[in-house]
Amino acid sequence: MIEQQTQKRKRRIVDDPPDSPTSVGWTEARTLRIIGTDETLKLEKGGEIGPVDVEYETYGELSPAKDNVVLICHALSGDAHAAGWDKHAEAAGRQFRMKHPGWWDTVIGPGKAIDTRKFFVICSNFLGSCYGTTGPSSINPRTGKPYALSFPVVTVSDWVKVQAILLDKLGIERVHCVIGGSLGGQQALEWALAYPQRVDRAIVFAAAHRLSTQGVAFNAVGRQAIMTDANFNQGNYYESEHPKNGLAVARMMAHITYLSEAGMHQKFGRRLRLENGSPSALGGEFEVESYLDYQGRSFVQRFDANSYLYITWAMNHYDAAHRWGGGDLVEACRRIQSKVLVCSFSTDWLYTPQQCRELAFAMCRAGKSANYVNVPSNYGHDSFLVETEPVSQLLRSFLAGGKR
Amino acid sequence: MSKEVIEALKPLLAKIDPALGKLTRNEIGKALGYVPAGTEVSDEALRERWEDDVILRIIPEGARVLDLGCGDGQLLEKLHREKNVSGQGVELNQADVFAAIARGVPVLQIDLDEGLKELTNDCFDYVVLEETLQTLNRPTAMLQEMLRVGRRGIVSFPNFGYWKVRLDLLLSGRMPVTESLPYRWYDTPNIHLLCLQDFLDWVKQQKVKIAEAHVLADGEVRPMRDGDNLYAEQCLLVVER
Repeated sequence: MIEQQTQKRKRRIVDDPPDSPTSVGWTEARTLRIIGTDETLKLEKGGEIGPVDVEYETYGELSPAKDNVVLICHALSGDAHAAGWDKHAEAAGRQFRMKHPGWWDTVIGPGKAIDTRKFFVICSNFLGSCYGTTGPSSINPRTGKPYALSFPVVTVSDWVKVQAILLDKLGIERVHCVIGGSLGGQQALEWALAYPQRVDRAIVFAAAHRLSTQGVAFNAVGRQAIMTDANFNQGNYYESEHPKNGLAVARMMAHITYLSEAGMHQKFGRRLRLENGSPSALGGEFEVESYLDYQGRSFVQRFDANSYLYITWAMNHYDAAHRWGGGDLVEACRRIQSKVLVCSFSTDWLYTPQQCRELAFAMCRAGKSANYVNVPSNYGHDSFLVETEPVSQLLRSFLAGGKR
Repeated sequence: MSKEVIEALKPLLAKIDPALGKLTRNEIGKALGYVPAGTEVSDEALRERWEDDVILRIIPEGARVLDLGCGDGQLLEKLHREKNVSGQGVELNQADVFAAIARGVPVLQIDLDEGLKELTNDCFDYVVLEETLQTLNRPTAMLQEMLRVGRRGIVSFPNFGYWKVRLDLLLSGRMPVTESLPYRWYDTPNIHLLCLQDFLDWVKQQKVKIAEAHVLADGEVRPMRDGDNLYAEQCLLVVER
């Protein structure tokens, strides 16, 4: 009986091929230098960086009135490639993009929830990442070498500031809706707080105004794994072997926080990968172990360890209440002028329903109209990427609704 | 005498004369002279609508309103459109929450039985609890909560003391199923059914004042009077601290 239900609940996401009428098709990223060679961008924590290049992708057409912009913010390991199939995946050394479309292809495309026949969708890679926007693996023009740990610390606010400059350069003033999940959801929230005049709507999936202590603790394990890797070399590993083991362990740890206990049980149970063979204390027999091992190993093929440190630092330190309300979240929320939807997922234990609810209630207490939805799901924190049906329904409804 | 009384009379009339039993309620009503011709309203439509109509009349222009158990947000949408009210809905049912969002009505998906502890005192002018009181686990806590976060509360509920309900229980010996209480005991969301008189005793005991009271009785909407514990099918009361 339970097995049957489990089978029923299983769903495979079938990738939308590039020639599908609901796919945005083949995509080409663009790179824009938003801060020139002789300029610097002042950062929240006091550092400066310049030049700054931003990699971004767009889907759909910008309306003549420029009033149909939907801005997508990606999460920790994400990139600007939110939908469609990367035309230059192989040439750019991003082989991982050849097997799958963009990370939120299920909701972006012609006729999909974020309908590219209606909206002009922009997604950009954030500062400090390793997918085309300036980050620790980029060459510092002053030294001719990668920045590594000489890269300044960046924050969620800096990412939003960079996006705002990108929009300025593209001649876009207002955003119909800014949307993100997880760390992307925090950027959506930061948009509503930092640029209240520019945002009509914001949707925050699986994110709160700050990470919990437990979340910081999870990150601490991953960060330690990287920093204690024999190959880490204070971040100067670009000429030699990368700290792959440390990064892989960091990813394994993080991946556990993206799933839920129920979801893991449903997906792997206690099934063993190796039926025969002599038992060894080294273990590795459980399917869940080999799955995590695979996640770790494939991640190091596509991600930079220094970027991981910078991004998790930003994730740990973001606190909207502190930044905009002197520690008072309600005070911070008074700034908001856009319609906001906060959506949690019942089994998310990274940004829990309780934390998301707290954010929505703070908006309500600040006298703002607030929307909060808790979607039942077994997929934990990853639900915003997996629960296509309810997420699509919410996106469609909220994007279509009036400004107030 | 009410329409319902006529309904109850019909079998008796039929016993006297089968022809009399075939008269419609309106015919009997007109014959008895209290249903003015041409003013018949469908009971169903009135039952659906009357609370919203009264609430729309009560709530002043531009008020800040919290609707607890807001369903798909129809009332808040009307209040926004007709009274420029800034409203906030609260609802637990997923389908209703999605429908409210599609309507553009702001809604928080939470369980009312968890209380409203995240909300500060006096952040709303009116707190509406329409047909929801009897579904709550802890109604007393909610009464106090609604008058903490709002200046006034509007509470409506089906009256279990209504004579038809009493008669139904008396004659059938089973939990009443009526137009206002259409559920069976095993599938009803109404876990705390109450009579109008129970409510009046309860608010007095809770030191809560009644500012206004309206009832649906005899198929019409009117201010509450003595004896309505028997005659009111549904009640709507405005309460304050």
